[in-house]
Amino acid sequence: MSDNTKNIEEKKDKFLAEENKKRIVTGPDGVQFEVDPLQDYFCDKRPVAKDPKNKVIENFLNWARAESLWVLGFGTGCGNIEIPPLLTPRFDAFRYGIQMRPTPRQSSVLIISGYLAVKTLKRAIRSYEQMQNPKYVLALGSCTINGGMYYDSYNTINRLDYYLPVDVYVAGCMPRPEALLSGFNKLKERIKAGRAEGANDYANKFDWYKANQKKIIKDWNMPDYNW
Amino acid sequence: MKKNNKIWQGDRSKYPAFDEYGNPIIDLKSHKFTKLWHGPNHPGVTGNMSLELTLSGDEVVEAKTHVGYLHRGFEKLMERRLYIQCFPTCIRMCVPEADSNEYVLAASIEELGGIEIPEAASWLRTLVLEMARLQILLRTVPGQAATLSLGMGAQWGMYLRDLILDRFEELTGGRIYHMFIIPGGVRGLLPAGFKKRMEENLVEIEEFIDKIEDLIFTNAIFKKRTIGIGYIDPSWVDKYGIVGPNARAAGYNRDVRKDYPYLKYNELDFEPYVGKDSDVFTRSQVRKHELIQTVDLIRQILAQVPEKGDIRAKTPNVLHWELPKGETYQRSESSRGEYGLYVVSDGSKYPRRVNLRGPSYTHAVALLEKLLINANIADVHSIMVSLQTCPPEIER
Amino acid sequence: MKEIIQDIKKRFNCTDEIEQSKTQTYITVKKELAIALITHLRDIEGFTHLVLLTAVDWIENNQFQLTYMLNNPTKKIDIGVRVFINRETATMDSAHHLWEQMATYQRELKEMFGIDFPGSPRLNEPFILEGWDNIPPYRRDFDTLKYAQETFFPREGRETNDPAEFMKKKMYPDEEK
Repeated sequence: MSDNTKNIEEKKDKFLAEENKKRIVTGPDGVQFEVDPLQDYFCDKRPVAKDPKNKVIENFLNWARAESLWVLGFGTGCGNIEIPPLLTPRFDAFRYGIQMRPTPRQSSVLIISGYLAVKTLKRAIRSYEQMQNPKYVLALGSCTINGGMYYDSYNTINRLDYYLPVDVYVAGCMPRPEALLSGFNKLKERIKAGRAEGANDYANKFDWYKANQKKIIKDWNMPDYNW
Repeated sequence: MKKNNKIWQGDRSKYPAFDEYGNPIIDLKSHKFTKLWHGPNHPGVTGNMSLELTLSGDEVVEAKTHVGYLHRGFEKLMERRLYIQCFPTCIRMCVPEADSNEYVLAASIEELGGIEIPEAASWLRTLVLEMARLQILLRTVPGQAATLSLGMGAQWGMYLRDLILDRFEELTGGRIYHMFIIPGGVRGLLPAGFKKRMEENLVEIEEFIDKIEDLIFTNAIFKKRTIGIGYIDPSWVDKYGIVGPNARAAGYNRDVRKDYPYLKYNELDFEPYVGKDSDVFTRSQVRKHELIQTVDLIRQILAQVPEKGDIRAKTPNVLHWELPKGETYQRSESSRGEYGLYVVSDGSKYPRRVNLRGPSYTHAVALLEKLLINANIADVHSIMVSLQTCPPEIER
Repeated sequence: MKEIIQDIKKRFNCTDEIEQSKTQTYITVKKELAIALITHLRDIEGFTHLVLLTAVDWIENNQFQLTYMLNNPTKKIDIGVRVFINRETATMDSAHHLWEQMATYQRELKEMFGIDFPGSPRLNEPFILEGWDNIPPYRRDFDTLKYAQETFFPREGRETNDPAEFMKKKMYPDEEK
């Protein structure tokens, strides 16, 4: 083992949470066995890009997907304050088939509402990876585009498309509910045209995305891909 | 089949023992406890923060607050910005009620620079601060019921909040971030017809307040699930630094608007509502009375605010403005309580240090960790919302 | 207010008294007497409300300034207790026994300034940052712009202007000639 890899191993061990470390567990029948949570509890299979086989069926599915956008209720930044007005009588996003879901497993859209602190980015990546295909990312605010007014902050990322595949950016600080609705409509158009291929893009360029993510998340204590 | 009529007697053997400092001794390997992460990706947390709960059954035995998901390093960023450039940065410190941020920064700069603001500007500032309080209260008062799945009031309140945001747009041009208050005064006068439209909205809001009394505060489920829950002992108020509505619900008559009158608050007629019981229901009541009071205050302000006049004091060129050396702390009463800014100037164009004192800093960390012990898991959200925690002002 | 200041000046050797406004005074006290002074103010003089605790980095004097802002809710006055500590050692006595929220402030200062408060509970748990391996970010010698440019893949095409120069060019273009 070279010095460098050893250092990385040590660093990984340092940041690893207690419950993710290898340990000996006694089963109910008294048999002892070793558990490595990162190997045993998570599926470490790489994501695979899917190639649609039948164009007609894919078009129909895309139409269906576009008309029921289920959004993960994860307010990652200050843009989240315009989400409640969006879902209440005046703007009423429900009429476009948009609704909030509490868990990543049920949702198809991840809204990155504004700047992402490094600590939140880690959670956003995990949430994104737990969502099922097809999945889309809608990024709000100038700060996800080029850092906006936080361009010089040591804790917020500058451009989101280096870490997650973004389908639609909504500019503004912060975007009004009308802009959000227009962003959703744009996303629908993209999905119907078959151009919202974020999940496939993520699978194809997986190593590049992971390298970027690992560059800024210093305490990488989770499996590389968690389903 | 024989019926078992025996009432379940709480079996305390499953609950942890306490060590000499009063902390629970939790052995996760004993399989008696469950660790539950409540947030950040959870519909039941206010904003983007997370609670690490250790449960025994459905009772919380230990809670830890984890913040930092919204940290942008404002206090560092402001050290490399001119004072006027600090405004766009500063107002993003607490998102739902951005005007308090503007006011405390402007007041600190005026205090250090020795500037008196004109009469009309003072009135307009008071108006903007009260409007901000009104819009956030329209969100939080019915929001308390929404934590118990009484979502109707919240939908309704959000619609009325949009009306106030419309008035903000008319007056300042922005919905959430207004940047209306600038050092030396404000940016503009009242537009024509503003008072009339505001009055129409206030009438609508007053109708709404009457209706939420029936919808929420006399609702049996709401009462059952909030009375006696989340009790703050009045002796904790000083020990934990509790301010604002949470302190008033515990029987302390503390209101920055009364105690340290700023702007035009000493010319307005109001009396803070003080509760007795200090539980979630009382805190909700205090906020409802504040909503009534704010509507009244806005009427009083609109009756007295000058239609025209000087709105900006003469200041040095803001691009070359060097404040004299010194330090100051300026406070205001936000809807969450005492909200203050500590500014240190070293005589240069840039602030040396800016530090925000947000009420959530104590409410959401030290106090919430204490309050959640022995709470039921279903009440965690309700207790958290009743403290009105706002994560961005904890980590800034 | 005046009597309290006179009294604590005599008892605790306080210096550099600055009266910022009628209700707000700042004093400096030596590090050894700071916790005693704060305890005295809390228990005897009725400054029961801790407003904030924060630090200022005076890098040119090689000092950290700690400010304990205390408030007397009955007399409605504030007192800011300033303590200067050495920047190299950066250690201060913990006051977590006086207020419950003090431990949170000390945890933040430890993380953001690297000031140590021995004995404060949960001091070494990360509070805001996660996996931070640089110098504490609120110190003056930490350059946030440089760090952001090196780490976060800035998007090209963004330009930054000095506001004074930019406004001058835009509003008075003729004056430059």
